Amino acid sequence: MAAKTSASPAGRPFDRQAMLKEAGATGLVIFALAFGLLGFRTLDVPGGIDIQYRFGDVAAAVAIGIVGRIALILLRERRPLPVLLTAPPLAVVLLVVLLSKFLFGPETGAELMRFLPFESLVVMWAILIVIVVLGLRAARVHTHMTSVMTAEERDARMDRIGAKVQRAARLLGPLLLGIAVVFPFLPFADRRLLDIGILVVTYIMLGWGLNIVVGLAGLLDLGYVAFYAVGAYSFALLATGLDVSFWVALPFAGLMAATAGVLLGFPVLRLRGDYLAIVTLGFGEMIRIILLNWYEFTNGPDGISGIPRPSFFGLALFKRNVADGHAFHELFGLEFTPIHRIIFLFYLILALALVVNIFTMRIRKLPVGRAWEALREDETACRSLGINPRNTKLTAFGIGAMFGGFAGSFFATRQGFISPESFTFIESAVILAIVVLGGFGSQIGVVIAAILLIGLPEFFRELQQYRMLAFGMAMVLIMIWRPAGLLAHREPTIRLFGKGRAKEAEP
Amino acid sequence: MQNTFAYFLDQLINGLTLGSIYGLIAIGYTMVYGIIGMINFAHGEIFMIGAFISIITFLILGLAGITWVPLALLIVLIAAMMLTSVYGWALERVAYRPLRGSPRLAALITAIGMSIFFQNYVQLLQSARNKPMQPVISGGVEVMREGDYVVSLGYMQGIIMVLTIVLMAIFSLMIARTTLGRAQRACEQDRDMAALIGVNVDRTISLTFVIGATLASVAGMMFLLYYGVIDFFIGFLAGIKAFTAAVLGGIGSLPGAMLGGLLIGLIEAFWSGYFTVEYKDVAAFSILVLVLIFRPTGLLGKPDIEKV
Amino acid sequence: MSAETAVAQGATSLDLAGPIPGGGEVRLTVEHLTMRFGGLVAIDDVSFQAADGRITAIIGPNGAGKTTVFNCLTGFYKPTVGRLALHHPKGEFLLERIEGFRTAQDAGVARTFQNIRLFPRMTVLENLIVAQHNKLMRASGYTVFGLLGLKRYREAEEKAVELARYWLDRTLLTKAADQEAGNLPYGDQRRLEVARAMCTEPVLLCLDEPAAGLNPRESQLLNQLLMFIRDEHKMGILLIEHDMSVVMGISDHIVVLDYGRKISDGTPEQVRSDPAVIRAYLGEDEDEEPVGETAAGQESAAREGDERDA
Repeated sequence: MAAKTSASPAGRPFDRQAMLKEAGATGLVIFALAFGLLGFRTLDVPGGIDIQYRFGDVAAAVAIGIVGRIALILLRERRPLPVLLTAPPLAVVLLVVLLSKFLFGPETGAELMRFLPFESLVVMWAILIVIVVLGLRAARVHTHMTSVMTAEERDARMDRIGAKVQRAARLLGPLLLGIAVVFPFLPFADRRLLDIGILVVTYIMLGWGLNIVVGLAGLLDLGYVAFYAVGAYSFALLATGLDVSFWVALPFAGLMAATAGVLLGFPVLRLRGDYLAIVTLGFGEMIRIILLNWYEFTNGPDGISGIPRPSFFGLALFKRNVADGHAFHELFGLEFTPIHRIIFLFYLILALALVVNIFTMRIRKLPVGRAWEALREDETACRSLGINPRNTKLTAFGIGAMFGGFAGSFFATRQGFISPESFTFIESAVILAIVVLGGFGSQIGVVIAAILLIGLPEFFRELQQYRMLAFGMAMVLIMIWRPAGLLAHREPTIRLFGKGRAKEAEP
Repeated sequence: MQNTFAYFLDQLINGLTLGSIYGLIAIGYTMVYGIIGMINFAHGEIFMIGAFISIITFLILGLAGITWVPLALLIVLIAAMMLTSVYGWALERVAYRPLRGSPRLAALITAIGMSIFFQNYVQLLQSARNKPMQPVISGGVEVMREGDYVVSLGYMQGIIMVLTIVLMAIFSLMIARTTLGRAQRACEQDRDMAALIGVNVDRTISLTFVIGATLASVAGMMFLLYYGVIDFFIGFLAGIKAFTAAVLGGIGSLPGAMLGGLLIGLIEAFWSGYFTVEYKDVAAFSILVLVLIFRPTGLLGKPDIEKV
Repeated sequence: MSAETAVAQGATSLDLAGPIPGGGEVRLTVEHLTMRFGGLVAIDDVSFQAADGRITAIIGPNGAGKTTVFNCLTGFYKPTVGRLALHHPKGEFLLERIEGFRTAQDAGVARTFQNIRLFPRMTVLENLIVAQHNKLMRASGYTVFGLLGLKRYREAEEKAVELARYWLDRTLLTKAADQEAGNLPYGDQRRLEVARAMCTEPVLLCLDEPAAGLNPRESQLLNQLLMFIRDEHKMGILLIEHDMSVVMGISDHIVVLDYGRKISDGTPEQVRSDPAVIRAYLGEDEDEEPVGETAAGQESAAREGDERDA
């Protein structure tokens, strides 16, 4: 193509050849990336592996990469028109094809789907979303003639949104809580939904617990799952070995986890942030390996089974026939149904999570909470003010660990069975992703993130495979886009003017 | 048997082999840390990708009928180095460059995100199963015999050690003698100043990642050949151990990384040989914690005086 | 005083038996302070005294070791040799034996930093409340009472706000109380850092280049603040400063360091005319304006921008 340079509407010369060069380079890189791992797949066959070619996928990836890059360059150069004209029809066509199963019946649908470049529907949906986003950005560039906001503008805008969400949370919080309270009695709340609900609330609790450590105190803990494990195993061992009841074992398990947190934290909390992160990760793995290999105590990879279910505050059991004592349904004169226990578990975890939340909201306004935040901001300045950095960090670490331990006990009693497999690094990463996505220190953010990251993939099974992939990508994008976290907004803990005492900003 | 010299020698050979692999990965950590001060947590996954590209190339070569071992090895080596280095480059360009100058923790979270991404990317495309491979090189030379116990140095082990030494030599020369090496050292000292005097900082950093990925891919290939089986998760543990090696040697120091790698390999081999295999990873983690607590600058690192 | 004797005096320690130049009750006695980093001697046998209700300035060219002296005093470094005695109402504290946060907590030595270290995302008021951490921690029963929302803690917090309010008024920051500290103009941040140090209720205030980067008006405000602290609170202030108009305008006593040694010690008038000082600032052979002129001071202030002690 001949080099043709024309002036763009913004007055800057537009170099078409440079654009094509750039897009070509992108294509080349994508080709190199995709060729090995996407183009050839190892197939597991009995007695070894075989290989399969998928050059079509590589070609599609390269083509999409080139087109996408051209679109981005056009937006950057403030020439949104081509994008604006192509994106909507493309999106519509893609949407129609993706929905063709429902629109034209399964046969035509299957026929049409064959034209899609990738087999995986999730990937196609993701591409559709990207096209829509590009189209919207093109529209914005077209009307505003600005393509990029500066990082400060963006940050300020996101902060305002975060503030709005937090203000909304004052209403939304009780509303969400109300929904959660009546949730088990809603007509559509079957066992599966309740299980998902329990799972989501467990992660909300874990997220809130980790938020104390990461969001408030600014200590990146990559081994949070270790405390979850300590809580679960303490509980399981107490309950199965010593026959201690749930309500006695729960605080003890929390205490054990807190002790573990303090013991592990003591030597390492003076390390610089990124070293600390790696060391906590090491601790997490160490605890898992110990659980895996200490057969006498933990039963190794087989785990501990037969963990007793919680009783109804020690008054009654959730069983059909109870030899000595009461059964829950008899106590309340109800028909026996196993769902009673599930509902009870749901309320249990909800209550535990609320304890964590209320605790966090209160402690933020106490000296120790302010010192956590101050340490996050500047440790050297804290020392110059006579604040003991190690003890302050230890309290954050210990309290975070304690809540992790509570959640762990709950996990153990709900599952009735635990094994080291449940406590891998991936688990820590998921909890961290919830905190990061929600915005450090934002309580409502954690709720939203947990619903999105845990609830959605449970609903749409096909997403589950892609869940961790998306987590990883989301963590990267958010850090690039807004390192403070998506919905992060900090409400002062005390005010001199205006609102008098700072109101509870979040649920 | 455990107290014979032969047994000791056996563990020594195993340790040095393993240490060579860790050392090659550790260089990537240490170089990146030296130049941009971040822990490239995803580096272990680059190693894993190197191993996967190696196994795929081996399979293709097998299908194509190229079975003369030296040629096959050479082709695999080149293919793995080239394709994996693109991953290293893309990692820096896409995920890390936009974050340059932001807080350490943001960069670390990004790195963790990339690590999770790569793991699942490979798992999705290549399935989560173990990928076994027939041994390409077998046999070895007998080093010592004590009763029934034969200590031999496998050809594979020999190749791993020799290749590591050769790569290290080339690499050290490159850092010491070439413009790139000088540019790298300049960027380590002061990035802004380096830019002012005309060093292309972006390119230098990119190249650092490319070199790190290249070495990691070689380590990946060695791992594949040595153990004969890989999966999408190998990068996690190997990465942490290599990072431990880099810290032990003194992060930012290249000879330190190699030394640390050898030490971690030896510790792991001797720990497995004389204590328990199960806790060998705990040993590595404990060393990481102990070094960071008692000697954060490592064996060969420079002290870092706090500036207030 | 001849140049030779001045140099000789710098090499050995000065006689501390006499009254402090500039007068006042002794608050701090530094004797034979030496700090080495590996082979590098950052401070070499420095002795001086600082008095209550007086401003003692430590001046000197780049790399003279001024900030290192501060870091030794405030517990950031442990001196290699030396005795740093703080004469506190509660008794004598040997600062070289106290490290880290305890210097501020127990001995009541507060400091500010060369490059401002506020808590940028916390509000101005919160910065001042955090400074009263230890007091509030006790009042909150180490968090237990606070969690229960007891009255005792709430009262303590109100008192803390009152103290903060007092210093906000003095530093003209009252209106900005609920703003994020990081969003304040530079001069306000400098004053806020002083206010925050004062909120720890110290007995000795160490200010590391508080006037660096300020415009003349802000500099004036800062001078007034420092004189207010000195005169109304009878505080001993130790000051590292380059802006000679600040140093000469408000100091009662000046200690001059060069290459880690003390080369002069006296009232502003004495120091101004000390040939050793002139030589240190202007070099042996150059024949330029004498020290004391604002131009020379500001020039070296610019040079000092990134002084490295280590």
